[in-house]
Amino acid sequence: MTSKSEDEIVVEDPTAPASDSPAVATKRTVDVVVSLLLLALAALLGFDNWRTGMGWDSTGPQAGYFPFYLSVILAVACLWGIAKEFLARRQAGETFVTRAQLRRVLQVFVPTLFFCLAMQWLGLYVASFLLVAGFMIFIGRIAAWKSLLTALLFSLIMFATFEIAFDVIMPKGALEALFGR
Amino acid sequence: MEAFGLLLYGFSVLLTWKILALMLVGLLLGIFVGVLPGLGGPNGVAILLPLTFTMDPTSAIVMLSCIYWGALFGGAITSILFNIPGEAWSVATTFDGYPMAQQGKAAEALTAAFTSSFIGSFVAVLLITFLAPGIASFALKFGPPEFFAVYLLTFCSFVGLGREEKHKTIISMSLGLLLTGVGLDTVSGTLRMTFGSSDLLRGVNFLVAVIGLFGISEILLTMEERLALRGHSAKISLRVVLKVWKEMPRYWVTLLRSSAIGCWLGITPGGAIAASFMGYNLAKRFAKDKDSFGKGRIEGVFAPETAAHASGTSALLPMLALGIPGSGTAAILLGGLMVWGLNPGPLLFVEHKDFVWGLIASMYLGNVVGLVIVLTTVPLFAAVLRVPFAAIAPMIIVSCAIGAFAIQNAMFDIWLMLLFGVVGYAFKKIGIPLAPLTLALVLGNRAEDSFRLSMIGANGDMRVFWSNGLVGSITTLALLLLFWPVISKAWNMIRPAAR
Repeated sequence: MTSKSEDEIVVEDPTAPASDSPAVATKRTVDVVVSLLLLALAALLGFDNWRTGMGWDSTGPQAGYFPFYLSVILAVACLWGIAKEFLARRQAGETFVTRAQLRRVLQVFVPTLFFCLAMQWLGLYVASFLLVAGFMIFIGRIAAWKSLLTALLFSLIMFATFEIAFDVIMPKGALEALFGR
Repeated sequence: MEAFGLLLYGFSVLLTWKILALMLVGLLLGIFVGVLPGLGGPNGVAILLPLTFTMDPTSAIVMLSCIYWGALFGGAITSILFNIPGEAWSVATTFDGYPMAQQGKAAEALTAAFTSSFIGSFVAVLLITFLAPGIASFALKFGPPEFFAVYLLTFCSFVGLGREEKHKTIISMSLGLLLTGVGLDTVSGTLRMTFGSSDLLRGVNFLVAVIGLFGISEILLTMEERLALRGHSAKISLRVVLKVWKEMPRYWVTLLRSSAIGCWLGITPGGAIAASFMGYNLAKRFAKDKDSFGKGRIEGVFAPETAAHASGTSALLPMLALGIPGSGTAAILLGGLMVWGLNPGPLLFVEHKDFVWGLIASMYLGNVVGLVIVLTTVPLFAAVLRVPFAAIAPMIIVSCAIGAFAIQNAMFDIWLMLLFGVVGYAFKKIGIPLAPLTLALVLGNRAEDSFRLSMIGANGDMRVFWSNGLVGSITTLALLLLFWPVISKAWNMIRPAAR
């Protein structure tokens, strides 16, 4: 096409998941697993609401009435979905996630998990510095000084915006004492 | 005209430096969020919501709605320049927008997109200005049975008219309704589904769920994809803008048709996605040379963009007048109303005139200012895409965490957000729609309360839902819509037999 090279914006993704990576699970499997989990949830909540009281007294439904029947509806819809999956003709199932994709997803999910844990002890702003810097260096493979600087600036801006300008108080962990709050 | 006077009053509420500055910040943040891969309208509004927690409601809604307009504008930039629709409703814009960019007409395509977005929203705002007060004052006569019937109608139309598999819509909706029941039951004062946990006592907060479902899950989904991109940069000159604007009146039928489709689908829960495709397809059907569509025809940009924005804007009409959101983003704004201490519904027009008319006036002003901003700053925002995702992803995660925590100052909400992130990721991939879940989470409590209040009023007699013409016809319509797939199937079976 007729665009000149200086008019182009090109962004590379060196760590992109390979397209020929083997599948970890098919959509069908995950569909059934999710339905089973929701079915278990529906059973649990249904039981709890039956205990609360799902009857109908003189002034209308008791507290557990609505949630009880919603649990029933949820359970029926799940069973319907499972039955549909099993009755459908077997075909090559669509891939839910490939191994390479799962690796990338875990690359975000696991750091996020640690960030949430760290937030309780270190406070949000220190944890956010660690998350941004760590993610950029180890997963983005971006130069260390750039990553550290970005992370520092980001955490400071967040602190200035929320803590000072908008009065949204976040956990600050051990740093709490420094601010005297 | 009464509405006109009130609108002027709304402008007078807006014209303070503080609110104008917030508008500008909101628009810029919104465009930024709209341009970023993996983020868009609902995610952006959900993540940036905590910024507004300590503001007064009027400033808060003005800023949030400007974030929304900005995100709508921003989505068009990536669709046209990079062939990456930031949102599902921008998909139709890529059909002709990207070919135009390839032919070196990126500036024309962008101007067309922005201007038609502006026209679509403008028509919808006019509709809101003159229709919403009437609907609201009519709805003031509603009692609990009428409200329950309207909620029922909303839920049923999702199940009956949605294009997803029915059982998946039902799973999503019943799960959402169940989750709203967790915690203290306000009618009877008993605890439900808390299993002795003091964290569950507060219930599942709607905004925490939304931040997880839309923010965190979107990051997980985006990471899965190859994030390399290749596209065009563009500068919009005044000459191009004027040229496109001169051409525009020729397409007035398309613009008008798309606006009408958008407004209709926005008010009913059809949504902007359906509107943009329908706008595009109808423009194609009525065109003389159908083959030129998809090859860089400017009309192919006008049609979907006008419809998408008319729909996105008019989705706020039922939210303002009845307290029922017409889209995912409207649902989040509705959640915001409750955080700021307002009670969504027709009483807003009576009790919080400055809020309602400030918001409506900000729709006019925000769209004009937004149009000017996007036309002048496109090169800047296109460059945002050069920022590596590895830097953006953790920042979005931090913003989500701040949002989730700040709502109730509870660490438990952070874990809940993560859980909803995983749920959203799985649901999106196996085709369980998230919109019914969002809607159920925001309306669930109110639907249940209105049902139980009707029952208390009628001594447990279900016939109250058919006790007068209004409530009876809404309830019947709701049930018809719920069973619509069955009815239309049966109808199709009978018809050939009759022939």
